Amino acid sequence: MTKSAEKPAIAVSRITRKFGDRKVLDDITLTVPRGELFGLLGPSGSGKTTLIKLITGIDLADDGQVELFGEPMPQLKMLQTFGYMAQSDALYQELTGKENMVFYGSLYGLSGKALASRIQSAAALVNLTEHLDKAVTAYSGGMKRRLSLAIALLHEPRLLVLDEPTVGIDPVLRQAIWNELRALTQQGVTIIVTTHVMDEAEKCDRLGLIRDGKLIALGTPEAIIEQAGVHTIEEAFIAFGSRKEAQA
Amino acid sequence: MRIRALVVRIIRQFVRDKRTLALLFLAPLLILSLTKLVFDGRTVSPEIGLTGPASAFAEKLEEQNASITVYDSVSEAEEALKNGKLDAVIQIKEGKPDITLEGSDPSVSRSTQLVMQKALQSHVQELAPTVHYLYGGPDMASFDSFGPVLIGFFSFFFVFLLAGVSFLRERTSGTLERLLGTPIRRSEIVLGYLAGFGIFTLLQASLIAWFSVQVLGMSMAGHIVNMLLINLLLSLTALTLGTLLSSFASSEFQIIQFIPIIIVPQAFFSGLFNLDAMNPVLQKLSFIMPLYYGADAMRGIMIRGEGIADIQLDIYVLAGLSILFALLNVAALKKHRRM
Repeated sequence: MTKSAEKPAIAVSRITRKFGDRKVLDDITLTVPRGELFGLLGPSGSGKTTLIKLITGIDLADDGQVELFGEPMPQLKMLQTFGYMAQSDALYQELTGKENMVFYGSLYGLSGKALASRIQSAAALVNLTEHLDKAVTAYSGGMKRRLSLAIALLHEPRLLVLDEPTVGIDPVLRQAIWNELRALTQQGVTIIVTTHVMDEAEKCDRLGLIRDGKLIALGTPEAIIEQAGVHTIEEAFIAFGSRKEAQA
Repeated sequence: MRIRALVVRIIRQFVRDKRTLALLFLAPLLILSLTKLVFDGRTVSPEIGLTGPASAFAEKLEEQNASITVYDSVSEAEEALKNGKLDAVIQIKEGKPDITLEGSDPSVSRSTQLVMQKALQSHVQELAPTVHYLYGGPDMASFDSFGPVLIGFFSFFFVFLLAGVSFLRERTSGTLERLLGTPIRRSEIVLGYLAGFGIFTLLQASLIAWFSVQVLGMSMAGHIVNMLLINLLLSLTALTLGTLLSSFASSEFQIIQFIPIIIVPQAFFSGLFNLDAMNPVLQKLSFIMPLYYGADAMRGIMIRGEGIADIQLDIYVLAGLSILFALLNVAALKKHRRM
């Protein structure tokens, strides 16, 4: 094993991000080992997406460091290592699903037969094969979400960064997608996923609870529930949130 | 490779969007044709009323294409002038012509006066000058004179609008953010846009050039390759300026707001109107306007038949502005991704 292979997939240390006077992220430290399915749970506006952007290097922290696989971020070449699914469906409406995939695939350096076969398998995974030649304008919200996910999977990245991947997807397909994410981690892919759906959170290996830019709890779902002395993640979230307020 | 992917995508998007294609390719042709119809109609023949006995002067006026009506009394003629039937009334007082112009449209007044002057000159043969033209000729219409400026203006205007809106949409739809989540360089994005749109602006420039010379019969003294070069450079300036300014707009409507600020002043300073009457200090403002250089070169090529050597300053300035705007664009993208 080389030295960098031992480094965790994501190492965030003491990160702070301010927009003007407002602290959007306040002194966040967390580590995600390789092959883990890590969930970031928090209400909208809590800072999840900002944290995702700092991890990917799209945004820059005011203080603190991010390392991916031991490499300090931001670095242009590291953008090749992960697949990213943004919160908004970043798709070109006039183009077909396939054309969108061809475009993004080419940006990651895929071409020819390799690209064609990756498009087929990624589309099959999210159940979009028969809709690939339709223009995205004709897609439903859930289909767009699935296409975005398929695009993130195209270049077989070893890290997947998914911002609210299952919004607008029906329960059956959502189950299928979570099973697939689980299968990917078994192949060694690391996944960080944000959500505000509590029952999804319980499917993660470990969870980070974010509220008002602060990491209020970190651990396995069971440990978090136990630590809060409650029965569900939802109750734990409320319990930790009010504890923080009491401290403040 | 990544630039090529971007170019292919832009072409695909364009081809799907029929209305935008029509705006880019047909709208300039429509407006150029309309302008030609308005400014290049038949020669205006002023309606002139004469009082008193028909004279040799009246015949000379008719030779100059004026239509003459002879009235019995001055009051009758003046009545006709008031009713808009006449452009001018001429009486002979003590052997000298006495002219009353209708006067509400300066251009009609001028052409009426011109006709009368010519008639007077030919009336007194020995005073008639011989006229030579360095450029153009007696048949050159005003459309030939400002047509080249209009061609430049349309290339600039439509490309500015399209590039601005497309790049803005890339930002508001979230695709720019997603794009910046891939290993593409900021400079590759700008170059991809330049190349992708460049193909369409080159097609547009060729179509406009062909249409205005072959179909509208605009005077073309120089070489069409030079004209295409200037048109392309002008479009590239519009493209880079449009994408750059779209960073400062948050909606399509705000792009539209740039038109009165960026586009319209350039139209005024580009030579569409004669600026000689303007304060000389203000006249210098034209030196910072891309359209001024484009229009200057277009006029030089089409009317005076100038070659590359004569228009090289315009070429350098337009190319320089395009490069400057493109670099600023790469820098402006830093706002969205720091690397």
